[in-house]
Amino acid sequence: MSAHDIHAGHGDHHEEHDDLHVTSGDYIKGFILAVILTVIPFWLVMADVIQNRTTVVMVLGLFAVVQVVVHMVYFLHMNGKIQGGWTMMSTIFAIVFVIITLAGTLWVMFHMNANMMPAHKDIPALSQPAAPVAAPVAPAAQEAVAPEAVQEQAAPAAPAEHSGHAK
Amino acid sequence: MSEPTTMPHDPLLGRITWDSIPMVHEPIVLWTFIAVVLGGLVMLAALTKFKLWGPLWRDWICSIDHKKIGIMYIILGIVMLLRGFADAVMMRIQQAMAFGDNLGYLPPHHYDQIFTAHGVIMIFFVAMPLVTGFMNYLIPLQIGARDVSFPFLNNFSFWMTTTGAILVMVSLFLGEFSTSGWLALSNLGNQNPGVGLDYYIWALQLSGVGTTLSGINLIVTIIKMRAPGMNLMKMPVFVWTSLCTNALIVASFPILTAALVLMSMDRYFGTNFFTNELGGNPMLYVNLIWIWGHPEVYILILPVFGIFSEIVATYSKKRLFGYTSMVYATVCITVLSWLVWLHHFFTMGSGAAVNTFFGITTMIISIPTGAKIFNWLFTMYKGRIEFKPPMLWTIGFMCTFAIGGMTGVLLAVPPADFVLHNSLFLIAHFHNVIIGGVVFGLLAGINYWFPKAFGYRLNEFWGKVSFWCWLVGFWVAFTPLYILGLMGVTRRANHFDDQSLQIWFVIAAVGVAIIAAGIGAFLLQLVVSYFQRDKLRDNNGDTWGSGRTLEWATSSPPPVYNFAKTPVVHDVDAWWDMKKHGYQRPTKGFEDLHMPSNTGAGFVISMIAMVLGFALIWHVWWLAIVSFIGVVVSSIIHTFNYNRDYYIPAAEVQATEDARTEQLARHV
Amino acid sequence: MSNTSIQAGQREYHPAHEPHPENGTSLGFWLYLMSDCLIFAALFATWGVLGRSYAGGPTGAELFSLELVAINTAFLLLSSLTFGLAMLQKQKKNVNGTLGWLAVTGLLGLAFVGVEVYEFMHIYHTGATIQTSAFLSSFFTLVGTHGLHVSFGLIWLVVLMVQIKQKGLIHANVRRLNCLSMFWHFLDVVWIGVFTFVYLMGVL
Repeated sequence: MSAHDIHAGHGDHHEEHDDLHVTSGDYIKGFILAVILTVIPFWLVMADVIQNRTTVVMVLGLFAVVQVVVHMVYFLHMNGKIQGGWTMMSTIFAIVFVIITLAGTLWVMFHMNANMMPAHKDIPALSQPAAPVAAPVAPAAQEAVAPEAVQEQAAPAAPAEHSGHAK
Repeated sequence: MSEPTTMPHDPLLGRITWDSIPMVHEPIVLWTFIAVVLGGLVMLAALTKFKLWGPLWRDWICSIDHKKIGIMYIILGIVMLLRGFADAVMMRIQQAMAFGDNLGYLPPHHYDQIFTAHGVIMIFFVAMPLVTGFMNYLIPLQIGARDVSFPFLNNFSFWMTTTGAILVMVSLFLGEFSTSGWLALSNLGNQNPGVGLDYYIWALQLSGVGTTLSGINLIVTIIKMRAPGMNLMKMPVFVWTSLCTNALIVASFPILTAALVLMSMDRYFGTNFFTNELGGNPMLYVNLIWIWGHPEVYILILPVFGIFSEIVATYSKKRLFGYTSMVYATVCITVLSWLVWLHHFFTMGSGAAVNTFFGITTMIISIPTGAKIFNWLFTMYKGRIEFKPPMLWTIGFMCTFAIGGMTGVLLAVPPADFVLHNSLFLIAHFHNVIIGGVVFGLLAGINYWFPKAFGYRLNEFWGKVSFWCWLVGFWVAFTPLYILGLMGVTRRANHFDDQSLQIWFVIAAVGVAIIAAGIGAFLLQLVVSYFQRDKLRDNNGDTWGSGRTLEWATSSPPPVYNFAKTPVVHDVDAWWDMKKHGYQRPTKGFEDLHMPSNTGAGFVISMIAMVLGFALIWHVWWLAIVSFIGVVVSSIIHTFNYNRDYYIPAAEVQATEDARTEQLARHV
Repeated sequence: MSNTSIQAGQREYHPAHEPHPENGTSLGFWLYLMSDCLIFAALFATWGVLGRSYAGGPTGAELFSLELVAINTAFLLLSSLTFGLAMLQKQKKNVNGTLGWLAVTGLLGLAFVGVEVYEFMHIYHTGATIQTSAFLSSFFTLVGTHGLHVSFGLIWLVVLMVQIKQKGLIHANVRRLNCLSMFWHFLDVVWIGVFTFVYLMGVL
């Protein structure tokens, strides 16, 4: 394209300096570990080994975390040295944000559902948790047409419990 | 624009019908269209007359030079600022007149689109491109590099952002825009099946790809391409804030992508993520979108904090106070920005425990920002300050943003927020920090670095006029909104019944007129400076004389290769250090310089992607399939091009440097 | 190649020869994978919130065939191994060896996608569609997104095999292979999350 092309195609100079010499041993070890860490969880669930549901969930979670680490170490060759430690740094950052996203979402939504679920008609009406004060309306009625405002005056939207209704 | 109804579907044209063209029954849109067509024709004629098509394609559209791409981002941002501001003016006028029997001139459906477009454009197509443009232009120069790590991706990112902007503009004349606000909170799932929300979704998805890739690009650039000797704690503060900003971008934009995908699935496939039935939960969307939304505002402000750090040091002729604490404050803000998102929906019912946690984290996050302000003040203390426009903007920022931040802390208190949520107080708060922070910072940055990019300074008089109009105009426009908010007035209303409120809205409208004068002065500044460019020429490269960072070591504008010889860095404020030690620029002994090649592939792939977005909006399924395949195929074809770089011969470097030597000698 | 040193003092402000910055492709691609992590985080969060919202319709226990999932997991895990073997061949600069193991990987990946499509069709035919409930919407979306990633990986694999055949294991192709390798293993990591949190916990 430009008149300066004289040494075209020189992508080769600036290679990475990571000494990433892998062996088949790494992959085989990783594979075997991964198989074990997969078979056990499947067996635990399919054979209904543990009765207590919470325990099973925690055990499954633990196996998953360990297997992720196995993959990172044996397949992805993660260590604190490659790419000047930046791979590790960015992974830690990502994990932190993932945990915040997951934990935060579950916590927030659990509480929101608990507070905002409409009372079942067979349960005597509990005093509603102090409903959030809708954005106060200006002294005279506002013909606010923005959907936002309308939504606030109505009861906060709650995930409906209606089941099986076609849309 | 008619209310959205079930739309007919044609195999060839999807949902497009004659009714999709709003100007047929909307005079405002009709006149806008005529103006755009006329303006466009003039531009096309000028391009043809001055034979600029070739250079436009070769030197700009296909350019992978970070400097050109940075400039293009900034041009995009300024153009879209005019559109977004026009929306603001229209809203202010409507709200100033629509009381009681007077319904104003904007029916609700149109008004809803305007406030939505205003928000979407200002955040996604003004602030983001401007901030990205600055980072693109400056980072390689400040770290002593020749370009970014992935120059092709850089070009591709720019064009993907532009396709999003184009889709938003197209919605003016074909179909309509979303009425759901800038985050589409209130119309979820199948509640608004019209094309407006789809324009919103695809504009954001396309530009989101560009933004995320740009984030990755700049992080790798900062990590891998710093000049020898520039370890992390010797980088300019702007580079630090950019590093953290781009980390936020890479981490948070995927959440936006996912949330919009889930909403799209509700719309296209009838899924039940955010519906009110069959197990859906609309609040999940609110939650996810704000997990993105809060880091987003820090993405906007952090680079600007960096800009101010550079400006304060240069115009106080002093080293920035507290470099280390600045860095730590920036990193703190980066991490904390992930822990505050619920403060955007305190009122949605998560309860006291949750609200308390997020209220506290929100208050905590103001602390590092406060530390930064003190650092700037201490930098100015006992400095020999020059009150050039960039410094004026900086001082204006410190006063304005600080107050805006304080109203934020006020809103962080959940009980207070229960009163003020979605009131005009909230509007005033975020405009306070965005205008006082981001806009002032960008205008400061433009005044500061324009000479570097274009070779001549900007006219100071019009710069000062622009500043004062913006500063005064902002306060006149938004103080009434604080008052109205405290009185309980809700946002996004196009009509009111209480006549006693009108005076405040009128004052706000006057404020917007003053801001308009500020924008006019800014545009005038650009034009006048162009005509005075010989008088305002920067012949030196170190425009302000007291430059501290490496970009001031280059000529104005810098050559395509930035540095004839890569600098070695010994200290923070590398250029200042070089000047202090009597540095002489090299005039011989140059080598061939390895540079990336221009390419049109980024533009082509982006345009096909834009067609894909358009087809998905209008349900033109055959076109969607064809263009999707087109994107995949053209990307694959691009990967078969291994010939992506070239060398600038040493002789050419020598010639360029000789020309600069001569220029420096002539203007000693 | 003179350095321009200053008159008095020892500081050198330019290196003797132009330095070559290290290539950033691997790090850049890793960062892209981190962003992909966050997309999956959002989808997993959605699954976490909506995964029990059956809307009176079928549950995971009724729909999931753990045998099928086990087979799929085996395919994917094996493909991670075979990709590793391909990388070992690349290290030895053996083009045919590399291509051979890549082809095996591709077939295993294709088998994975095939089984998943079969599973989806089976569930669909019981009347449990993506529209039936929030549980099913999130199930199909999360698992489907993973499957789409694998499918794109397969297309990339084929293209890269063509490119390696054409140009051999030049630096550019080795970089691309490194990226695809990271991508492939990353997808296996995500699958761990899928089979654990979606399937195994979904039937409890």
